Amino acid sequence: MQGNKATRDEGDSHVRIEDMHFHRGERAIFNGISLDIPRGKITAIMGPSGTGKTTLLRLIGGQLIPSAGAIHFDGENIPELGRSALYRVRRKMGVLFQSGALFTDMSVYDNVAFPLRENTSLPEAVIRNIVLMKLEAVGLRGARNLMPAELSGGMSRRAALARAIALDPEIIMYDEPFAGQDPISMGVVVRLVKSLNETLGLTSVVVTHDVQEVSSIADYIYVFAGGKVIGQGTPEQMRADQTPRVSQFMQGLPDGPVPFHYPAPDFEQDLMGADSHE
Amino acid sequence: MNDAIARLGAGTLTFLATLGRSGHLLIRSLLLIPGWRDLARISLQIFSVGVKSLVIIVVAGFFIGMVLGLQGYTNLVRFGAEAALGPFVALSLVRELGPVVSALLFAGRAGSSLTAEIGLMKATEQLAGMELMAVDPLRRIVTPRFWAGFISMPLLAAIFTAVGIIGAYLVGVSWLGVDGGSFWSGMQDSVDFQKDILNGVVKSLVFGFVVTWIAVFRGYDTLPTSEGISRSTTQTVVHSSLAVLGLDFILTALMFGELN
Repeated sequence: MQGNKATRDEGDSHVRIEDMHFHRGERAIFNGISLDIPRGKITAIMGPSGTGKTTLLRLIGGQLIPSAGAIHFDGENIPELGRSALYRVRRKMGVLFQSGALFTDMSVYDNVAFPLRENTSLPEAVIRNIVLMKLEAVGLRGARNLMPAELSGGMSRRAALARAIALDPEIIMYDEPFAGQDPISMGVVVRLVKSLNETLGLTSVVVTHDVQEVSSIADYIYVFAGGKVIGQGTPEQMRADQTPRVSQFMQGLPDGPVPFHYPAPDFEQDLMGADSHE
Repeated sequence: MNDAIARLGAGTLTFLATLGRSGHLLIRSLLLIPGWRDLARISLQIFSVGVKSLVIIVVAGFFIGMVLGLQGYTNLVRFGAEAALGPFVALSLVRELGPVVSALLFAGRAGSSLTAEIGLMKATEQLAGMELMAVDPLRRIVTPRFWAGFISMPLLAAIFTAVGIIGAYLVGVSWLGVDGGSFWSGMQDSVDFQKDILNGVVKSLVFGFVVTWIAVFRGYDTLPTSEGISRSTTQTVVHSSLAVLGLDFILTALMFGELN
């Protein structure tokens, strides 16, 4: 039964995480999570800040090693790969960092050309065409000679997106793509994520806490809290989910099972100042 | 008492862990054999750490040479030995001041900028981004800077020494009237190629190696926050200056001293 399920899912899932644990020092970030990221779909990973969503992307990218469990990418277990195999797998991944992480000493054009120049031996004329195509896709062909410092927040994220898709990856992972965007550029990014997924057939993983935006484009949603998957399903299923923790998150209520307050001693006693603060 | 022992133990462990990480970084960067593309990057970095340090090296070398000329003259003339000004200046510069002072200036000018640059790249996720684009940041960022520092340092020390000698000539010969012929010939007689010049070059190679190693490691190992980068930059200057001075004593003792 278990074996059958695994065989069936392997065809469907691009990334499959099985009973993965990850600790940072004493603190458990992930406590035995399992999830499947289906091929060619948009999967949203959601959860309150500090639940390790970005850490999950780094684990899939092989920058961090889990303390237990497996992370299969196209059937290969990432934590077990050697350096060169890992680099080979990474060529199939694109990652859009929250900060954009553009190289500040290069123009937009050179930033997008960077992965092509480093990982391929294509002639410069071909690279130019690819770079212009990618920049056109994110609407920044005219900004190719600007330096990252001259771009607005939204533009630099789009430039970074063009760079992330430069090598035509099979999967693209977005780290908080909507955070800190004005409504117009937020709309642009939402549309870009959707259209890249449709036109290039990319498997997309969107890590975010922007419930509304991602619900409009995601095919499947996982909600994390306290190192576990607390809910999963299609956007409709998640909106209808009555589990207290999931509904608190989906509806954006300030307090609930996920407490507003960081654990603290009794407020009244604290105000009376009995103990010295450490 | 127990606390002190615990702190000593924790401090030692931190030190050993840092040493281990820096050794790992050094070995991994050195094991990468530079290709053609890397040579282009190394030359770009030589421009950045070497050529851009020229102004401070030339100006400092010139003034130190002038001071040496002046001090040497005022002391030697009392014994009627001003003809020894050439050897005095040349030996001071070639053996000690050239390699040491240029390494200290290099640590302040180039070392700090290497640390801040790499540290900021780490803090803005540029290094992580590079890794996920299947580009090894050690090969792309650390190795070229390491070689650039190692190659630039002896050249900067040589320029420092040469300019210093010109400064001393200006003060001693042109202004104070020491005989130019005896200035140069005394220098030629007393400076030995192997014992003085080669040993000076060895010193600056060692200093270049250590200063650049500390600088790139501190940048690569920094805490990715503004406070972390500022601390790492300070550590680069402090640690590499102390390392240069400490190593200078050891190297001098081995090369010229009676200690061995």
